[in-house]
Amino acid sequence: MVQTIAKRGSMPTTDKPTYDEMFDDAGAVRAAYAGYNAWYGAQDHGWLRKQPREAERVFRRTGITFNVYGQGDGEERLIPFDMVPRIITAIEWRKLSRGIEQRVRALNAFLHDVYHRQEIVRAGKLPERLLRVNDAYLPEMAGFVPPGGVYTHIVGVDLVRTGPDEFMVLEDNARTPSGVSYMLENRETMMAMCPELFTRARVRPVGDYPRRLASSLAACAPPATQLRQGERPTVAVLTPGIYNSAYFEHAFLADQMGAELVEASDLRVDNGRVAMRTTRGWKAIDVLYRRVDDEYLDPLTFNPPSMLGVPGIMDVYRAGGITIANAPGTGIADDKAIYSFMPDIVEFYTGEKPILQNVPSWRCSEPDSLKYVLEHLPELVVKEVHGSGGYGMLIGPTSSKKEIAAFEAKLRAKPENYIAQPTLALSTCPIFTKSGLAPRHVDLRPFVLVSPNGIDITPGGLTRVALKKGSLVVNSSQGGGTKDTWVLED
Amino acid sequence: MLGRSATGIFWMFRYLERAENTARLLDAGFRLALTRGDTASSAEWRSVLITMGLDSQFADKGGEYTGAHVCNFILRDKENPDSVLAMIEGARTNARMVRTAITRQVWEGTNEAWMVLKDILARPVRETNLGEVLDQIRRYATLVRGAMDGTMLRNDIFNFARIGTFVERADNTARILDVKYHVLLPSVAWVGSSLDHVQWETVLRSVAGERAYRWLNAGGMDARGIAQFLILDGRFPRSLAFCYEKLRSNMGSLAREYGGETHAHELLRDAVSGLHQASIEQIVDVGLHEFVVDFIASNMRIAKAIAQDYRFYE
Repeated sequence: MVQTIAKRGSMPTTDKPTYDEMFDDAGAVRAAYAGYNAWYGAQDHGWLRKQPREAERVFRRTGITFNVYGQGDGEERLIPFDMVPRIITAIEWRKLSRGIEQRVRALNAFLHDVYHRQEIVRAGKLPERLLRVNDAYLPEMAGFVPPGGVYTHIVGVDLVRTGPDEFMVLEDNARTPSGVSYMLENRETMMAMCPELFTRARVRPVGDYPRRLASSLAACAPPATQLRQGERPTVAVLTPGIYNSAYFEHAFLADQMGAELVEASDLRVDNGRVAMRTTRGWKAIDVLYRRVDDEYLDPLTFNPPSMLGVPGIMDVYRAGGITIANAPGTGIADDKAIYSFMPDIVEFYTGEKPILQNVPSWRCSEPDSLKYVLEHLPELVVKEVHGSGGYGMLIGPTSSKKEIAAFEAKLRAKPENYIAQPTLALSTCPIFTKSGLAPRHVDLRPFVLVSPNGIDITPGGLTRVALKKGSLVVNSSQGGGTKDTWVLED
Repeated sequence: MLGRSATGIFWMFRYLERAENTARLLDAGFRLALTRGDTASSAEWRSVLITMGLDSQFADKGGEYTGAHVCNFILRDKENPDSVLAMIEGARTNARMVRTAITRQVWEGTNEAWMVLKDILARPVRETNLGEVLDQIRRYATLVRGAMDGTMLRNDIFNFARIGTFVERADNTARILDVKYHVLLPSVAWVGSSLDHVQWETVLRSVAGERAYRWLNAGGMDARGIAQFLILDGRFPRSLAFCYEKLRSNMGSLAREYGGETHAHELLRDAVSGLHQASIEQIVDVGLHEFVVDFIASNMRIAKAIAQDYRFYE
């Protein structure tokens, strides 16, 4: 049964035509999608329509769920999976990965600098205030070099596309980026449901990410523990527990790496090392891949009233007894206030022009910018500097007058807490709907591993898609879905 | 492995085993109720509650001792923290916590059990579908056990799972014996009446032993024979002797893997040799009730020693 595929609808919020990943402006299928399109045309419509439910059943059974904050306790939800892959050509990927590599190099150099001589401040490229008055900046890290000199062992770079050659960085995730399990499970699901698709297109594999992660983390073990001959470093994944929204991912990665999945209550400082309580006694950990925020790491250092965390872990860390990935204090690099300086930061540390552009941003802390932002609220996206997850933001074009007014009051009260960006014409990629393919806005989060051996970018990533027509919010906590992401071979 | 993971896997399998045994117990009660008058069957439902240690909770609630009330209380009542649904949830929560210690099949079996049973038990269970519900519970317990057997490495994780299973099973069989000892050792006047046969069969049925017992005893039934079968027959997989033989073997594997025995091994050795040396005559002489009470207490001491020796808790 052949269906007609028409390019339908474009985003109502902008004058600029939206770039569609699958169809060009004339409605013809782009070369990268030719194989997929031929396959799609040959499928039985009824079968196709049944597949999303089938995928959902598999996800439920396997437990690929996440918990939503603010919902009924312990409720587990699925992130909707869409069966149309997001396809990236080899040429596009080459450029993207060069840009990502450059940016991640700069992020690590920046982190080393802000916790040491702060040359960038001395050079007048970054206001000192942004470091001084910033919760993400940890004075405890000053003067300390993490093992191997690596700050951001795992980075997720959020990219959006606005045109054929226009990829922009929307956000750097340098603390504890999540979503990589979806990259892996989405591929598994695609291969299970439509194996023949992979004979039509040569898609680069992503499945060895856990192995790469394990060896990248092991390569960052503290020198003192590397002396043991022929023994692999002990790696553990630290999770807040089964009620955390990303618990599935924590368990998944630990399982795939063959590492222990620990909670803070399993750990204590023992003999100058951080050790986990095993059935045989206390066992020292060399590398801790932590999926908890800085403030829950060590109550002695960061959050005295808190019972959470491992008392004394920061002392062990600073004495070289453990590697913490990502390093505490990396949040300063993905702070939204710092973000607007990223083009300068990249150039300052690499001596090169940035390959990937930033989204133009107005810093509301600057009077001129604030004035502009206040005058143009209905057309801008305003983001909280210390927020994450899309909770504390305003999307001007889709907000009511009342919502805008309420936000304006917040903005006027604390302008330094906000930056503003134009509403971007994010590219679209088709999704399955009951009435065939329909375009929806997407972003892309590739995953990057950093070790003393270099920067390793997995060819693929997590494509998030706004399932509501015209919506620009792709966050899974706000009703977004995900797609399998293909990077094609040369 | 983490002490917390050992706790998790131990309790995951205790809960699964308990859910399965509860299903058998209800099934036996249900069959008895079908063949008996109201008075006798309400006594039977009450004994099911007593076996599970739920009688006072049920009485506090003011429940009637009828099949529908007792079954719903035991299977799905939200006010009953020990309901089968709560056990399945407990097993699944523990499985989720130890997700990295179990294989995908074991996890998926447990997760599916939870999804299906949560759904079935969302509505009141009627007599017409009780059989189907109980069957599903047994089926999922079997599925997880099979996944375990076919896919898990034979290491400490596996041993803790099996230890949880057999500690729980021994406890359950002992509880049934305790509640039914008056049936098994009746006053002289009752001996040989047909009523006993039905009750004896109920006892056997609640441990899935009716067919095995008949096969071994060529159809004959007698109280001592049944007590001997449930306590001392090492061939029957729900007898105390069998459970303790398995415990001995799994604890032995742990000792080999960990290069040494613990206090729990000593306690277990004493308990196993006690069972080996016991005869049903001695047990009856001392009193079946006294024997069972001692056994349950000793079983709990062993479980506690295992938790301590293998650092289950801080």
